[in-house]
Amino acid sequence: MELNRRQIMALGVGSAAFATTMSLSLPALAANDAQALINAFTGGAEAGEGALSLDAPEIAENGNTVPIEVTVDSPMTDDDYVEAVLIVANGNPNASVATFHFTPMSGEALASTRIRLAKTQDVIAVARMSNGTFAIDRKTVKVTIGGCGG
Amino acid sequence: MANVKPRVKVPKSADAGEIITIKTLISHPMESGQRKDKEGNLIPRQIINRFSCEFNGTPVFACDIEPAVSSNPYFEFKARVPESGEFKFIWVDDDGSVYEETKKIEVK
Repeated sequence: MELNRRQIMALGVGSAAFATTMSLSLPALAANDAQALINAFTGGAEAGEGALSLDAPEIAENGNTVPIEVTVDSPMTDDDYVEAVLIVANGNPNASVATFHFTPMSGEALASTRIRLAKTQDVIAVARMSNGTFAIDRKTVKVTIGGCGG
Repeated sequence: MANVKPRVKVPKSADAGEIITIKTLISHPMESGQRKDKEGNLIPRQIINRFSCEFNGTPVFACDIEPAVSSNPYFEFKARVPESGEFKFIWVDDDGSVYEETKKIEVK
């Protein structure tokens, strides 16, 4: 197919416009498979808010080591306890961060660790209770220096 | 792997049924597999991929770890102490190495 100059110009403008929309819409959508991981974890079930609290700094100067803490309101008895808490970060090259596994022996569903964040993004925690319900919480962390060794 | 040193902080004694705080730290570079060396080649991933803690053989806490966990992975968590006994901490490396540490605790 022969293209004249006018058609080529039109194509160029079109694709540039397309690229702009893409880059604008990407941060709004999850940049990685964070949502897919959450869906796989919950099996599509609705996750309530309130029971789980995720603690993370509002601004992290160094994305290489960002302290986070999760606490789930639960009696942690043999019949009613938190089984697992999934942590994902929606702006990292890989969304998954860690999964904590609790038992009634934990006494309290509390865990903290330090994670890497590549850029400003949301950190999301989802808890699975022994009775099959789920709880979710998310925090936006502003990252000054990314933690993926660029 | 050389230079991997686990450190664990557990109280020496507790009341029966008390919930104690445990802090663990292990020195490990946690190479994420995202970084490049001077020649631009990817440095292969090598991380600790699993941490677990048990008390007298009963699981207490565990964590599946991904490359997004910082180097020298640190974990703080709670544990119920029903009786005197021993906490065992296990870290599993990508290369198959297993690092272990134990701490005794006495119920007053």
